[in-house]
Amino acid sequence: MAANSTSSATPLLVSRGISKQFSGVEVLSDVDLDLMPGEIHALLGENGAGKSTFAKILAGVYRPTRGTLTMNGAPVEAYSPIHAQRLGITLIHQEPISFPDLSVAENLVLGHERGSLLGRVHWAGMERRANELMDMLGIRIDVTRPMRGLSIADQQMVEIARALVGDSRLIIMDEPTAPLTPKEVETLFGIARKLRDEGRTIIFISHRLEEVQALCDRATVFRDGNLVDTVNVADVSDDDIIRLMIGRSLKEYLHKQRTTIGDVALKVENLTLPGVFSDISFDVHKGEIVGVGGLVGAGRTDVARALFGVEPAATGKIHVNGSEVAIGDPSTAIDLGLAFVPEDRAVAGIFSSLSVEKNISAAVPGKITSGGIIRRALEHAVASDSVKKLRIRLASLQQPIGELSGGNQQKAILARWLLTDPSVLILDEPTRGIDIGVKAEFYDMIGELAAGGRAILLISSELPELLALCDRVLVMSEGRLTANFDRSEATQESIMQAAVPRSADQEVAA
Amino acid sequence: MNTISKIFLRREAGIFVMIVLFCLAVGAFKPQFLTLQSLRIVLLLVPLILIGAMGQMLVLVARHVDLSIGSTLGFSAMVVGMMFKYYPEIWWPLGFLVAIGVGAGLGLFNGFLITLFRLPAIIVTLGTLNLYRGLTYIISNAKQIDRQYVPSELKAMSQTSPIFGIPWIIFMIIAIALLTYWFAMHTRVGRQIFALGSNPVAAQLRGINVSKITLLVFALSGALAGLAGIMYASRWGFVNPSNTGSGFEFQVIAAVVIGGVSINGGVGTVLGTVLGVLLLGCVSSALPLLGIPGTTQNAIYGAVIIIALLIDRGVRQRAIKTISAKA
Repeated sequence: MAANSTSSATPLLVSRGISKQFSGVEVLSDVDLDLMPGEIHALLGENGAGKSTFAKILAGVYRPTRGTLTMNGAPVEAYSPIHAQRLGITLIHQEPISFPDLSVAENLVLGHERGSLLGRVHWAGMERRANELMDMLGIRIDVTRPMRGLSIADQQMVEIARALVGDSRLIIMDEPTAPLTPKEVETLFGIARKLRDEGRTIIFISHRLEEVQALCDRATVFRDGNLVDTVNVADVSDDDIIRLMIGRSLKEYLHKQRTTIGDVALKVENLTLPGVFSDISFDVHKGEIVGVGGLVGAGRTDVARALFGVEPAATGKIHVNGSEVAIGDPSTAIDLGLAFVPEDRAVAGIFSSLSVEKNISAAVPGKITSGGIIRRALEHAVASDSVKKLRIRLASLQQPIGELSGGNQQKAILARWLLTDPSVLILDEPTRGIDIGVKAEFYDMIGELAAGGRAILLISSELPELLALCDRVLVMSEGRLTANFDRSEATQESIMQAAVPRSADQEVAA
Repeated sequence: MNTISKIFLRREAGIFVMIVLFCLAVGAFKPQFLTLQSLRIVLLLVPLILIGAMGQMLVLVARHVDLSIGSTLGFSAMVVGMMFKYYPEIWWPLGFLVAIGVGAGLGLFNGFLITLFRLPAIIVTLGTLNLYRGLTYIISNAKQIDRQYVPSELKAMSQTSPIFGIPWIIFMIIAIALLTYWFAMHTRVGRQIFALGSNPVAAQLRGINVSKITLLVFALSGALAGLAGIMYASRWGFVNPSNTGSGFEFQVIAAVVIGGVSINGGVGTVLGTVLGVLLLGCVSSALPLLGIPGTTQNAIYGAVIIIALLIDRGVRQRAIKTISAKA
């Protein structure tokens, strides 16, 4: 099949009204999209926009709540990853899932064989076949070596070769280039083009716009779970795409009240954790809200964890309220007046089966004990006071916290940390997964806390949130601080520009 | 193949060198250790361990562990012993079928608990280690099956020889090792065991039936323990409810781990396991010769396992270093 004969061809895969809900929240609504044979199609959008959810539905990882998929005219049903693979749809993970102790050749064929379980494994034939595939893709990997020890790039190549063993017609690459060097990216692109020219369809998910420009034929942009537009990449500029990605209106009510900014509460100099983040310097004053923007995986959470002593940085200095400190573990951080509300409350924040009051009082054993013994009455008083202040909605203080809504759980955790009377409060994605009403309350609360003289570091992937709440916005990209905007300079476009990774040597953009 | 086995080959070569060095060192003090006679002693010490080790290797490769094999051995041996005692007219080779069948049944029970209720193998088989031993007491009324009940043809298997003065049992374990090799390396299901142990999540994504494979490795481990049970009766001529198979799991796991089978799953070879068994056999036959009392033997086994694990870890870390050096 010739390349780019997309106009006349019939679509390979047709998506109609594909929607997905997770526990009642719609994360993807009514996606209509035709994927043509022989095209490289980019899926773009901010984190949480729905592009990965859509890709996972195609690959059989998720089952859509509504809508239909049709492949080559036949409806796709009874979905599972294996089923999708048999239909010719393969998802290439960013960090491929493989069998590290088995040889490359075995990794290629495992799961594709048919027949009896006691059937013989023909090592020679298997290795010959594997070598043919590698030659076809123009990759030089010894197929008899174990998978363990292959670079991520080579592992991806093996995954792609695996897709060819099953003769996949649709190959989905989920942010494949993030862990690759520019040279490896170039090889990957060569292979992607080759597969396209054979008439296969490639879905390419990436945050790097210049890669989309260099590689893709068409691009579909998602925002807030909706398909915004599908464009021919040749007809649009980076700026057009960025506008499509973020173009939502600013919520009017989100304006932070002016507060007096005091002395420096937290000062960070050249904080570095090799391979994770490097050379991070900034400060946060009393009464100030400093936002940290960037894409997921940019290293923002890692910096927060380092500040709180969860995984301390290797080098660099931290000053709290004017004196240099060494924070080696969270209890030191708490003693210094730091508080950290982590991103994933289910994993890192709540003791889900314990009562709300025990969750709230967990960080302040000193306030609820006398003589080293927990006094139920003190615990109750402390917790009910917080519940009133933060307007936490619950049936009873004895209720397990896991039964509360996401927003109220988040408030309870915030309550826990406010009890420690922190001078520096680090919030990591505090409003993720909470509905809009509670969000607004949260914004008010954060504003009040700053007005009360606390220094607040707010990590958020939601641009309107950063713009509305913060006095300054830092932006991280690939482990580095790429911008430090004043309130007046920060716009959605400027933050996005600083957040999107750009390879230093523009080899790819050719 | 040649490159895959490079790392493991090094490991196996390492065990081989350890065996040679150990024998030479012991021989320097006690020259009689380096005679055919003592080789014979070693070879008669290891068959039961080797039979159990083939099963345990597959279990460890699948990222599980089977602690119950000592009691599985004891129970199967007791069932067969009682059969010989109460039905002496029965055709004696049927004993093999019964022992292997009973062992496989107990192994399957382990497997069911592990797959059906998603319980960790280490806890399940620790439980059945006691359960099966207890059942052995119950069915036997805590009484031993004495020599006169064990068929003399069965006992002969561990002593008489078809050729070169090598007893039948040695040919049997060679056959078992070769069969296990073929099964592990050249059947699809064998490779699926390695895949499962190497990455259970990926195994599921590739459509490997994880429960089926888990059941299979435990059934095989039990069946081989059952075979070891009847061979115990052959070798020692009696079955005792408390001694038979007691501590067997410990020797087997020691041998398998020394042989380079990774407790993290996915890695293990028949050759390495056989060498591990031989090294353990050499150690246990040398100890009495060196005047080390039997009471010290357990401590030495324990030390040998830990040393083997440390070597395993060292090899792994070197592998990780070379990987990150490349990246």
